[in-house]
Amino acid sequence: MRYAMAIDTKKCVGCGDCVVACQTENNVPHGYCRDWIVERVDGTYPSLSLEFRSERCNHCDNSPCVRCCPTGASHIEEGGIVSVTPHKCIGCGACIQSCPYDARYSHPDGYVDKCTFCLHRVQKGQKTACVDVCPTKCLHFGDLDDPNSDVSLAIKDRSWKVLAPEAGTKPQLYFLT
Amino acid sequence: MKTRRDFIKISTAGAGAAAISFKALGSKGFGLFESKTEGPVSDEDLTPYPTYCEVCFWKCAAWAYVDKNGTIRKVVGNKNDPHCNGRLCPRGTGGVGMVYDEDRLKTPLIRDTRKDGTQYFREATWDEALNKVADKMKEVKEKYGPEAFGLFNHGTPGGHFHHLLRAYGSESNAEPAFANCRGPRSSAYFSTFGAYVGSPECTDIRDTKCLVLIGSHLGENMHNSQVQEMSDAIDNGATIITVDPRFSTAAAHSNHWLPIKPSTDIALLMAWIHVLIYEGLYDKDYVEQYTFGLDYLKDHVKNMTPEWAYGITTIEPEEIRRTARAMADAAPAVIIHPGRHVVWYGDDTQRGRAMAILTALLGSWGKRGGLYFPEGVSVPAYPHPHFPEPKWTWKDWNAGRYPLATMGITTEALKASIPRYNYKHQLKAWLVAGTNLPLSMPDKPLFKEAADSVEFIAVMDTMPMDITGYADVIFPEATYLERYDVIRSAANREPNIALRMPAIEPKYDSKPGWWIAKQIGERLGLHDYFNYDDYSEVIDWQLKQLGTSLEEMKKIGVKKYPRKTGPLYLGDGEDYDFNTTTGKIELYSVDFADHGFDPIPNYTKHPEPPQNFYRLIYGRAPMHTFSRTSNNPHLSDLMSENSVWVNPKVADLWGLKNGQEVWLKNQDDAITSFPVKVRVTERIRWDSVYMVHGFGHKNKKLSRAFGKGAADTEMITNVAVDPIMGGTGMRGNFITFLTEDPALEEKEVKA
Repeated sequence: MRYAMAIDTKKCVGCGDCVVACQTENNVPHGYCRDWIVERVDGTYPSLSLEFRSERCNHCDNSPCVRCCPTGASHIEEGGIVSVTPHKCIGCGACIQSCPYDARYSHPDGYVDKCTFCLHRVQKGQKTACVDVCPTKCLHFGDLDDPNSDVSLAIKDRSWKVLAPEAGTKPQLYFLT
Repeated sequence: MKTRRDFIKISTAGAGAAAISFKALGSKGFGLFESKTEGPVSDEDLTPYPTYCEVCFWKCAAWAYVDKNGTIRKVVGNKNDPHCNGRLCPRGTGGVGMVYDEDRLKTPLIRDTRKDGTQYFREATWDEALNKVADKMKEVKEKYGPEAFGLFNHGTPGGHFHHLLRAYGSESNAEPAFANCRGPRSSAYFSTFGAYVGSPECTDIRDTKCLVLIGSHLGENMHNSQVQEMSDAIDNGATIITVDPRFSTAAAHSNHWLPIKPSTDIALLMAWIHVLIYEGLYDKDYVEQYTFGLDYLKDHVKNMTPEWAYGITTIEPEEIRRTARAMADAAPAVIIHPGRHVVWYGDDTQRGRAMAILTALLGSWGKRGGLYFPEGVSVPAYPHPHFPEPKWTWKDWNAGRYPLATMGITTEALKASIPRYNYKHQLKAWLVAGTNLPLSMPDKPLFKEAADSVEFIAVMDTMPMDITGYADVIFPEATYLERYDVIRSAANREPNIALRMPAIEPKYDSKPGWWIAKQIGERLGLHDYFNYDDYSEVIDWQLKQLGTSLEEMKKIGVKKYPRKTGPLYLGDGEDYDFNTTTGKIELYSVDFADHGFDPIPNYTKHPEPPQNFYRLIYGRAPMHTFSRTSNNPHLSDLMSENSVWVNPKVADLWGLKNGQEVWLKNQDDAITSFPVKVRVTERIRWDSVYMVHGFGHKNKKLSRAFGKGAADTEMITNVAVDPIMGGTGMRGNFITFLTEDPALEEKEVKA
């Protein structure tokens, strides 16, 4: 099993609903977020292109954050979900430094926090909160090992890219272009 | 200069009230760092209560999930609701922030004067506040007649006060949603098709092959089901054509972006009509059977060629032809989107007419993928005596002007409040429910003069807003998640109703709008109009007339009904009688001709920015609704202030840097109260700047929103009034940059 997410940049309107839904679902404190929106503009008026990307932890296959964690707080859960166990975390921040995607933050309670792919929902067969709320249905989640999962179908006939492939982390967010 | 009604920052609200923490203080774990913040809760441990959203006018039905401690943890869309299909927008998802915003109005407040003459708000009991308003209503009735008590309203809470005022004898009401927003569209589509496009609009985006947006920024205005359907249309390979001087989100998702010179849309629309007619691309059978006035129209647009329009709009003639042909190829599954906030240049009803005429030529009114025939559920009124007949109403302010206005015009209500305008029918007191007038209306000096002229202002809101600073009495309203409210019934593909019930008890000493209206009514001897103890009785009675009950609706939230008015679309060649003078779709408006207006639209040249000035274009951001969400803790996290978008060429000329703070000054020397950050971006034309509406709050009680960004409405002092229906065109304002602090005397308006 290999959980992954595809994000359709041709449909995303950058509304930030994924961010709020994550905040309320996971009780992320105000001023912090586990997912966020990037707006990229290219060209000169009026020859322009615009891309919105809903970004979060890439749940990398080759995750530097897990490798560098001195206490084992950062670990891999089922389906390749990268997780943090708060009571094992010493808040050293090595993982924050090692992440090429800036996906982790220091929670005000002292530990490092990040996207969990809503493991608590996924374990019950639900989708992540961000996928379920997205008004444009531009987020697709599922098991890459299942050819009929939403994410497998989403990337099957579309061109896609991953972010910072040069980091060699084998990221699992696929941005449909 | 001090005036009788000084703006007061609310300084007593919240004194003694415990601070509310959104965090639960349970702890788990026992290691180096305990996770004090409660993590996610299983849905099975939460109780869902049905509601519909009040963060914007789309009113999506939802479930509020409450945990065992009585805290609303999240709000999730109702899957059976056609407004949202189970997916709320960011504002709906963040709506819970309205409840737990610690800056909320917490008790009734009354304006009082200290011995030294300064004014302040003091906390009051409900009895005292309600008596004060009821006594003033009695006094106004005796001195001037009940008609002199006016109502400004928006959204669901306004309805309860509309009922109160009708029972009291006044129909002197106006809401910014008409003359400051969608009014021209109503008049334009009604005069063409004899029908309104409604809310949600009856656009069949789901099945369209071509979606045309004239300055409509879907995706930035999160009109939920429409944004969802636009996404479906992209999946379906529909052609999207966006006309906008700004590279909007919708423009970025479009096949054709027409970066039009602002204020020239009618020229483009007429050129499109020219191409459809003179290239023979219009739906000939449809036009023959259903429309009136093709010959007049053909003659009228004879010289309105794409080449003619090119000189006006800066859109290449070939692109005009190409896009017209794309529409014709897709017809009748093509939507010329009617837009929503359409008060731009004062000839907005005529622009709406041009869009409606284009719709008719493409044969898309009443067709799949065009505009469908919506149907709603008629909710019976809870029994009450007839309303008394007022001696005059909002219509009388217009005194024969704006003949096609169908609702009160807010600027006319303001002028009727100012004695020097010498209106025959004057307002002496206001009730303001759920609308923040100083930030929602143009021409702030007019508002201030009006607010200072009336004898009395009562305001009901959930938050301390700019408008509450002008009040004599403030009622703290319970948020939509804490109250029963009217049954939602909006026309849609399938008729449906939705229930709003409290998920939790009202926090602090806030009360539901229905309760406040009823309490005032009882004090005025109007009990028979409020013949119930709790609003749930009204709802239950109404639901029983509709074959359901409060008990059932509490379980399902949304109920759908079969259509009674026939299919969604016109059958081929089906007979149809349109509710217009001619019984046909009027390409030539007989009504307009009778009133002395152009029966077919004409392009009018509008003023252009003087040297060193730029046209102010404003709009929405997807995570905010007007000025009401700026302080919401979830939504201010996403966007805490607006910026002024400046083209890099312009930024170079002025030496402006990204993120630099500037003050804006307009053509009438109005200056923004607060600085606003520059966003240097290619997404805006060099002759214009862009701002998101709803920022620059001046009420210091808004701990997150005060002084953040600038208010576009402060820059809108020039209003181009639509002679047809009184719309207030706001896009004829030009701004320039001040890079030094203008050191305004009155930055925070003080007590």
